[in-house]
Amino acid sequence: MSQPFRIADRGHIDRSREIRFTFDGETFIGHLGDTIASALLANGVHLMGRSFKYHRPRGVLGFGSEEPNALVGVDRGHGRFEPNQRTTMVRLTEGLTIQSQNRSPSLRRDVGAINDLLSRFIPAGFYYKTFKWPRSFWATVYEPLIRRTAGLGRAPCLPDPDRYGQRWAHCDTLVVGGDPAGLMAASAAADRGERVILCDEGEGFGGSLLDESGADIGGKPALRWIETTVAHLAQLPRVTLLRRTTAFGAGIGNFVALAERCDDSGKETRERQWFVRAGRLIFATGSIERPMVFANNDRPGIMLASAARSFLNRHGVLVGRHVVIVTEQDSGYRTAFDLRLAGAVVAVVDARATVAGDLVEQAREAGIALISGYIPVDSRGRLRVAALAIAPPDKANAIRWLACDAVLMAGGWTPSIHLHSQSGGKVEWHAPIGAFLPGKARQATTAVGACAGQLDLDACLVMGWQGGGGELADAPRSADRCDVGVSSIPAIVPHERPGKAFVDFQNDVTAKDIRLAIREGFQSVEHIKRYTTNGMATDQGRTSNINALAIAAQALGKTIPEAGLTTFRAPFSPTTFGTMAGFTRGALFDPVRTTPLHDRLIAEGAVFENAGQWKRPRYYAQADETIDEAVLRECATVRRTAGMFDASTLGKIEVVGPDAASFLDFIYTGKPSSLAAGRCRYALMLREDGFILDDGIITRVEAERFHVTTTSAGAVNVLATMEDFRQTELPDMRVWLTSTTEQWAVIVVNGPRARDVLNAVTRDVSLANEDFPHMSMRVGTVAGVAARIFRVSFTGELGYEVNVPARNATLVWDSLRQAGEKFGLGLYGLEASQVLRAEKGYIIVGRETDGTTTPNDVGLGGMVAKSKTDFVGKRSLMREVFVDPERKQLVALLPCDGQSLEEGAQLIDPADPHRSIGHVSSAYVSAELGRPFALAMVQGGRSRLGSRLAVATAAAPRPVELCDPILVDPSGARLHG
Amino acid sequence: MRPQPPPSLTEDIVLLLIPCPYCGPRAEIEFRYGGEAHLERPKPDCNEQTWAAYLHSRHNARGRHAERWRHAHGCGQFFNAVRDTLTDQIEVTYEAGQPSPLREPAS
Repeated sequence: MSQPFRIADRGHIDRSREIRFTFDGETFIGHLGDTIASALLANGVHLMGRSFKYHRPRGVLGFGSEEPNALVGVDRGHGRFEPNQRTTMVRLTEGLTIQSQNRSPSLRRDVGAINDLLSRFIPAGFYYKTFKWPRSFWATVYEPLIRRTAGLGRAPCLPDPDRYGQRWAHCDTLVVGGDPAGLMAASAAADRGERVILCDEGEGFGGSLLDESGADIGGKPALRWIETTVAHLAQLPRVTLLRRTTAFGAGIGNFVALAERCDDSGKETRERQWFVRAGRLIFATGSIERPMVFANNDRPGIMLASAARSFLNRHGVLVGRHVVIVTEQDSGYRTAFDLRLAGAVVAVVDARATVAGDLVEQAREAGIALISGYIPVDSRGRLRVAALAIAPPDKANAIRWLACDAVLMAGGWTPSIHLHSQSGGKVEWHAPIGAFLPGKARQATTAVGACAGQLDLDACLVMGWQGGGGELADAPRSADRCDVGVSSIPAIVPHERPGKAFVDFQNDVTAKDIRLAIREGFQSVEHIKRYTTNGMATDQGRTSNINALAIAAQALGKTIPEAGLTTFRAPFSPTTFGTMAGFTRGALFDPVRTTPLHDRLIAEGAVFENAGQWKRPRYYAQADETIDEAVLRECATVRRTAGMFDASTLGKIEVVGPDAASFLDFIYTGKPSSLAAGRCRYALMLREDGFILDDGIITRVEAERFHVTTTSAGAVNVLATMEDFRQTELPDMRVWLTSTTEQWAVIVVNGPRARDVLNAVTRDVSLANEDFPHMSMRVGTVAGVAARIFRVSFTGELGYEVNVPARNATLVWDSLRQAGEKFGLGLYGLEASQVLRAEKGYIIVGRETDGTTTPNDVGLGGMVAKSKTDFVGKRSLMREVFVDPERKQLVALLPCDGQSLEEGAQLIDPADPHRSIGHVSSAYVSAELGRPFALAMVQGGRSRLGSRLAVATAAAPRPVELCDPILVDPSGARLHG
Repeated sequence: MRPQPPPSLTEDIVLLLIPCPYCGPRAEIEFRYGGEAHLERPKPDCNEQTWAAYLHSRHNARGRHAERWRHAHGCGQFFNAVRDTLTDQIEVTYEAGQPSPLREPAS
């Protein structure tokens, strides 16, 4: 018979909608509104998994996100597989394929159960003491075995096809938790006109009130009250309601991260992370029931009492027909009465010797057997609990066995104070109710309701209402004073029986483990946690922390507050990578910067590489040449006829103002103030510690306007550094800085025919050598477009860099390309450009310099103006250590064996072969020289010119000859032609 | 107008709300940290120790710390702040060039 444990006329599921799903290959039927847990329980299935370490049969323990046991793999098809999903949190949808975990070959027959038999050899911390001998066994036996057996769940292998979103939000009040206190707080705040966000991790709002069939609020039945309250909030424009949304971290400035589970179908955004800044934070996070700690308290069918009640009242599912409820306070009785009404045979075992008169009377009337003065001590049943052993606390031997198919534990309540604590709030032990409660808040936060230790419904309503800023007189009240009474901490096993008494169900930590840790000398609660791994599983100790703490405190001879709590950290509950990543994956992982010529470069066959976030052509592929052949060809073209290059990524800064020249004198090592209008100069920028930060060309456009270039990678940093000095050291200077990196496209034409090419498309600028010398700039039009033309060269050939507004770039490129055809103009990429400059001994910041390089090190000591009283880095350059002749200096290397060198290779003096005296900073093959060459930084390099050193290799050292870095056209005739 | 949030605490979710003197309170992600504030840049004729201290020595304060922030993705201005390095509370922000409030006790 299908769903034998489904009760008619209970629960808020839609019975008209049947949903099919499979669990370990077997097909079951559930309904819309079920979770996997409720659907399986409705079908009488309690065995859902095997525990992590001992592989013990396990079933559902709780109702919500605190569930430690029933973790399954959920397969939705098409690469959407997730391991370790809590059956209590997964909505039932059509066609789900569920697999149990951590068992082989099957859930009912698991080989891993041998761990349970060997348990005395694998107590807490056993891995610190084992697997050490024999040593050789680690790599060959132990590690492979551990890898195969360790872990929980099977990782998915296919890429995640789902979409994940992100959203930022600001609000006046964020209420975390939609329980009665939370609904009240949100309502009060909304009534005051505030922007309110209310979130709850469940399917709907109402919290534990959804289990109170009989409660009454403001004259309405509880469920009706929830409906109208939520409906009222939903239609207010300044209120945002978020269901299935967990607040998983609270931080500074009331900045809270939420994880919203939106849609499972695969058609919509799957999950969304909210980043919320709240003026005020109200925690209505409820409390979680504790299990009881006794031998074999983990069998399938042994659950939390409140969970059983929720399964019945929300899903119409009876967890058993012969139920024993073990309790030591009044809240367990509510479960007893509800289950009895649904037709179960119910017995209540109350630890208290005397139970309140009205409860005794109600139990008798309902036909519930009540045994007072007894505690649970053991259980029987292999794949399902079959009987519970009870005994008086002081008489270990007076055991009675009760036959049952479910044991429901009401071990007291632990307020959820995680977010309050993350937010910096203090936590205080409150002995009368035996709980840690939120103490003094560090920020604008308030805790209301059960999480503040208030379990009385009417008091919760008032607390929430006032917490949200409402007046007491206006608060809806409840006549039901559902007082759960005081719970004593803890539910500790006074009797030591054989059999494991579990504290942390997910990590299989027993009470014995905790006492063992203390015997071994771990006294701090933080050490005990880590040594035993109690509270370190995915449930983060929600059902285990306080019990563990109580056991530890007792063993240490301390009180619970003396023993202390471990630190609460985000995330509150497991949060997926998808939620964290949001949009930043794949193509959107990093911003991609392209130049205005990008489409042209693609059409020309550019092979791109990443230069920071920029896409730059490395070379242009023609026919089936290799990259090396392409680069040689491009280099040869530039030196023989002409080449064209996209340099738009260059950083550019417009420096303007009456003090622009003096400002640049302070920032750079040279004297830009001495530049005439229309002249350019290569410039070095240092850090205050004297090392090269960046380089570029400074051009004086007019008296109070400079066009400054930087390296592509350094543009942002250079401008930031300039602004730092401008604002904080030189605030009286009248100078303004504007980034123009993306505003100017830069098309470079270099080569003996460069002038001819440019001449063909320029009418209003004379390119004759005497009119437009090297290192000067002219303003004119190129292909009809307004341009700044710089006669500068990075390759050592006659060269022009044409700067035009980005929107005109392709027009100018096309014109130059066309005009250049008859002059043999070819394209060249980044690789060729770097080879050509190296042949001229020009440095690249970040290659020949490494953040510890001074101007003198790279032969540019002459660029430091001696006449300036102060500039950035001047004082450092005066340090004696920087004139040491043994500092690494720039040289060129010619390998004697005619083979290429490797960048980063270390240089040695053959006479002293074990000491590195330098390194190769750039290595290439020169088309012009017809041989490999390199640039290197070598100790005392300039004094070693003409001598031979060697490059250290794994084989024999390779001799190299040191020479002056300018290998091609040392006189510079081509530049000035 | 919302009141300023009271003192905050460094925890796992860190996104300060920084009151830029020019733009008002903005999220930390818009700013770049600028190191310790009120550092006097010595003249080039200073001795080695003075220059070395300027380059490399900092107070590394435990508690109230005067420091610089730049509103990089906003007005672009540098300004100063007094922040408690233990609690991450920003006590006050003030314009660059103003004297340090650290000589006065925390209010």
